[in-house]
Amino acid sequence: MKDLILKDVSFSYPGGFLAVDNINMTIKSGENVAIVGQNGAGKTTTVKMMNGLLRPTSGDVIIGDMNTKDYTTAQVSRVVGYVFQNPDDQIFHSTVESEVRFGPEMAKLSNEEVDSRVEYALKITGMDKFKEENPYNLPLSMRKFVTIAAVIAMDTDVLIFDEPTAGQDLEGNKRLSEILKELHEKGKTVITISHDMEFVASNFERVIVMAKKKVVTMGTPEEVFWNFEALEKAMLKQPYVSRVCRALGANGEIISMDEAVKFLKSRLKRNA
Amino acid sequence: MDCVIELKNVTYSYPLTTVPAIKDLSVKIEKGKFYGVIGENGSGKTTFCALLRGFAPSFYKGDLSGEVLVEGRSTLEYGPGELASKIGFVFQNPFTQISGVKDTVFEEVAYGLENFGVPVDEIEKRVVEVMKLTDIESLAEKNPFDLSGGQMQRVALASVLVIEPEILVIDEPTSQLDPEGTESVFKIISKLKEKKKTVILVEHKIDLIAEYADEVLVFKDGSLVAAGDKQEILSDMSLLEKGVALPQVAILGNTLKEEGVPLKYIPVTEKQAEEVFSELITGKE
Repeated sequence: MKDLILKDVSFSYPGGFLAVDNINMTIKSGENVAIVGQNGAGKTTTVKMMNGLLRPTSGDVIIGDMNTKDYTTAQVSRVVGYVFQNPDDQIFHSTVESEVRFGPEMAKLSNEEVDSRVEYALKITGMDKFKEENPYNLPLSMRKFVTIAAVIAMDTDVLIFDEPTAGQDLEGNKRLSEILKELHEKGKTVITISHDMEFVASNFERVIVMAKKKVVTMGTPEEVFWNFEALEKAMLKQPYVSRVCRALGANGEIISMDEAVKFLKSRLKRNA
Repeated sequence: MDCVIELKNVTYSYPLTTVPAIKDLSVKIEKGKFYGVIGENGSGKTTFCALLRGFAPSFYKGDLSGEVLVEGRSTLEYGPGELASKIGFVFQNPFTQISGVKDTVFEEVAYGLENFGVPVDEIEKRVVEVMKLTDIESLAEKNPFDLSGGQMQRVALASVLVIEPEILVIDEPTSQLDPEGTESVFKIISKLKEKKKTVILVEHKIDLIAEYADEVLVFKDGSLVAAGDKQEILSDMSLLEKGVALPQVAILGNTLKEEGVPLKYIPVTEKQAEEVFSELITGKE
């Protein structure tokens, strides 16, 4: 069991800019969690502390029995994989396959293990058909899948995706959903930052809302997307279907298309 | 109609490629309208923008057949500065947009006007205004390269808006922005319509296209597969076959219709949805 615990964690960048202000959260092993909030709310800084890229200025980040204080970034990143917001901060190989292969090879695994992990990661991300391509010949939204594949190939217990939905089309969002579902079924802990409320409502068990360097609330999508005080603090809106149902008298719960259809049909029947 | 841009049978291939990025495209862009350009990634949206601005073929080279006419003249006949003042262009990746020669956001936003030889007093006035509009006043003294992706996107937009071109071509300006920032960018862009500007916007956020655009252009595999009134195109489930999502409320409307609910029409915006559903519930016309 590798629960991830942030205890009284703050972070200031060199120069004194406070980016995260005394936050607490627990993410259970195997949980599938989204983090939402405005640009500058502290989301990326928070998750970078989870994989040791940044060190808290105060407080503790604990992963299972490791306090990240006592480990190097390289050690922490063997347990927690992080997919950068900007894929170009991560990619440095000349083919898709060599980019994905780099991590497992560095971990000194057997050739068979490296092969099978790379094959799996390329397949699940749909990048197998581009494996000989230079990543920079692919559009930005596809390059994101190259970096996701590279982190999946590391087979870490915890995976963090920073804004994977940015710039994705219908197909890209579907593929992301499938990847999240499969990782969850394999028992991985997955933490995803996203600005797409529809995507968050339909893909996660729990949502953490951040605003102004702090955690505003956490809960199921049903709880969070009907907590108007929290949404307002974080300058977020409900998913579209929830907004429409609310305008027509719904009081809560509805966050999915199916629920909205059901609600509207029942309203119509009542008035027939 | 008052046509500002016309493409006639345009086929275009990038250098060293075998498959054209744009195939036999003919379309007319009307002055003062807001066009939403939608389609799968890799369907030709960005190339379409590059053709309008003349970057394809003048910068990217490659093979062009057919004609791209801006105000009746081929883009090949324009001098480089001439098209720049007519068509403002916001790149998909804000990093590409930032000039790299200016040390502060304020100077970066002023850079275009400087190049056009606008008097200093007027430059200052316009820069201050546009920075307020795009909510980047607090970044004035920062180095453009020290900004977050979202901030950089707003600076890139401001540095084009300040020029006040007649036509704006904007490629995914909100991919890095939070929902509130995204909505404010759409509001800024739709206000340009009051000034009779023509806007061509590439965007995946279909619910916002539905709310703000007048017309949509749908691309697939380098071809224009649908074009016209947003209401008609965005309410039709066949859009999914073109690889594009429908607005949430349109999916909701279509699902109810399939289950036998007699909707007056399929809504594409939140407001329409509330109207059409509440009419049914209250039974009022």
